[in-house]
Amino acid sequence: MSLTVDDTRWVAHLARLQLADAELATMTRQLGAILDYVTQLQQARTDNVEPLAHPLPIHNVFRDDSPAPSLSVDAALANAPQRRDNFFAVPAVLD
Amino acid sequence: MADLPYRIVIGLEVHVQLLTQTKLFCGCSTRFGQPPNSATCPVCLGLPGALPVMNRRAFDLAVKAALALNCRIASFTKWDRKNYYYPDLPKNYQISQYDLPFSSDGHLDIQTPEGTKRIGIIRAHLEEDAGKLLHEEGGSGKDSLVDLNRTGTPLLEIVSQPELSAPEEAKAYLEELRLLLKALEISDCEMQEGSLRCDANVNIHVPHADGVAATPIVEVKNLNSFRAVERAIKFEANRQYGQFQSDGKKLGDRGVSKATAGWDDVRGVTVVQRRKEEASDYRYFPDPDLVPIEVDSAWIAEVRALLGELPAAQRTRLQSQYALSAYDTEVITRQGRPFVAYFEELARGCGDAAEAKNWLTNEILQTLNDRKSDVRAFPQPADAIAELIREAKATGLNKQRARDVYAHMVSEGGTAKEVIKKLGFTPVTDEGQLRDIVRRAMAANAKAVTDFKNGKVKAADAIKGAVMRETKGMARTEMVQQILLEELQRA
Repeated sequence: MSLTVDDTRWVAHLARLQLADAELATMTRQLGAILDYVTQLQQARTDNVEPLAHPLPIHNVFRDDSPAPSLSVDAALANAPQRRDNFFAVPAVLD
Repeated sequence: MADLPYRIVIGLEVHVQLLTQTKLFCGCSTRFGQPPNSATCPVCLGLPGALPVMNRRAFDLAVKAALALNCRIASFTKWDRKNYYYPDLPKNYQISQYDLPFSSDGHLDIQTPEGTKRIGIIRAHLEEDAGKLLHEEGGSGKDSLVDLNRTGTPLLEIVSQPELSAPEEAKAYLEELRLLLKALEISDCEMQEGSLRCDANVNIHVPHADGVAATPIVEVKNLNSFRAVERAIKFEANRQYGQFQSDGKKLGDRGVSKATAGWDDVRGVTVVQRRKEEASDYRYFPDPDLVPIEVDSAWIAEVRALLGELPAAQRTRLQSQYALSAYDTEVITRQGRPFVAYFEELARGCGDAAEAKNWLTNEILQTLNDRKSDVRAFPQPADAIAELIREAKATGLNKQRARDVYAHMVSEGGTAKEVIKKLGFTPVTDEGQLRDIVRRAMAANAKAVTDFKNGKVKAADAIKGAVMRETKGMARTEMVQQILLEELQRA
C-alpha cells in the first residue's frame, strides 16, 4: 500500500481541510504508515470469521417514541461560531 | 414514448418521513413548523459524548412499509456512518444503513396504459435526516442560515430498480407508493413539507449500429412535486440524447462518473452540478454507538398482522363486490382508507352501490375539495347520507331537490327527513288531494282544456305545468300525468 500525495489531498478535501504542501507530505507519510499497518492486519486469515458489527454482544436496544424536552434555542445556539436571530450562521454554501 | 429515438431508464430513490412523534435517535419532536432550532438536543446536535438510542416505533413503521412493498426483512441489520462535511450535518456523518439494510428485494405494482407493471425494489433502509439550510437572498458574501430541527428525523429510503421506462411510469410509481404509505399511516407523504422527497436516476439507451449505447447516469434532485418529476425526467432524457450526439460519451467510459443535477422548476431545466462523490468517499463504517438489530419471525408476523388490506387488493375487491368500474374504484381508493370505509358504509346503508358511488364521487368529494377537508371531518355520517338516498328514491325526490337537501344537511345539519320537511319537499302522494289540484288547474286553464279536446295533445302540458307549480314540484310526474288524462277524458 503506497499512499500518494494526491490521495492525501483528496481525503483532506473530503474533510474540508486545507493543508500546505509540507503538511501534505507529513500527512502522507503518517497516514501511509497507518495503512501499512492495516495491510499487515489484512494478511490474517478471516475466511471463517463473521464480520463484527459491534464489539458488544448485545442487540435490540430501543426507546419508546415519547417526546423528551429539547434544549432551549439559546442553549442550542450557545456554541455557534456565529448566530443570526435563531439560526446558526455559516459562510455561504453554494453547491 | 414509442416515437423517441431512445429508451429512458429511470430508477427512483424516495425518502419518506416516518410518522413518529420523536426523532430516530433522540426524544426531540419531529412536528413540522416548529420555531427554528427549538427541537434539538445534544444527540441531534452532535455534541461530544451524546449517545443515540433507536426509536422502536420508527423501526416498526419501517418494517411495516417494507412488508407492504413485499421486501425480505433481514434477520440482522446494523447502523453505519456515512461521512461527509456539510453545515446541515453537525456530526459530520449521517447515521444510515450501508451493506446490511433491514430490508431488500421487494416490488410494487403500478398501472400503466399497457396494464399492470411490476417495479422491483432494490432495498428500503432507515436513516436520519439532515438539517435545513436557508440561503440568504442577495448573492455572494452573505451567510447561510442553519436550522437543525429536522436533523435526526427518521427517514425511510426506498430505492427502486431502474425499471421505470417513462416519466408517466415514474409518476404512477410515486402515486402508488404514496397511496400505500398513507393508507398504512407510515408517512403523510406531504411533498410541500418535505415528508416525501424524490431523486431520479436517469439515463437513456440509444440504439446504434453496434447495438445499444447507455449514457452516463445523472441523479436529478430538487424534485418538489410529482409533476416536477415527470417534467425533469422528460427534459433530462432529451438533454442526454443531445449530449450523446455531440460527445458520444457512454456509461462506463474512462473518466465518466455519475453526476448530480438540480431541477429548476421555473426555467424547466436540469442543471448538472458536480461529480458525485463515490461511495468510498463517504467512508462508511459501522456506528459503534448503536447496537445491531435482530428481527425474528415472530416480530415480522406481529407487524404483518397490522397491514390490513393493501390498496391493490382493495381495488380488486371493490370492483367485484360492488360492480364498480376500474375508474370509479381508482377514484375512491385514491382518497385513502377512511374514504373507502365511508363508501362501504354508504353502499350498505342505502343498498345501492352505484348510487352510493355517485353521491360520494360527485357531491361529497366536491364538498371535501371545497372545504379542503378530509372525509373524517365530514359533518354527516354515512348512515345519514344513506337515509337521504333511500328517502329520495322512496319519495321520488328528483336529483336537484335531493342535492338541495344534501347541501342543507351539510351546512346546517339535520337528518334527511327533517330537512325534506323543512324545505317543503314532502311529496304530494295523496291521490284525492292531487286530483283536487288537477281539477283546479283545469278550471283555471279552460282554453288549454278546449284545445286538448280539439286534438292539440300538447295543450295538456300547460295544465301539467300549473299542477307542478302548485305542488312545488313535489308531485310525481307519472301520477299527475295519469290523473290529468283521466280528468281530461272526463271533461
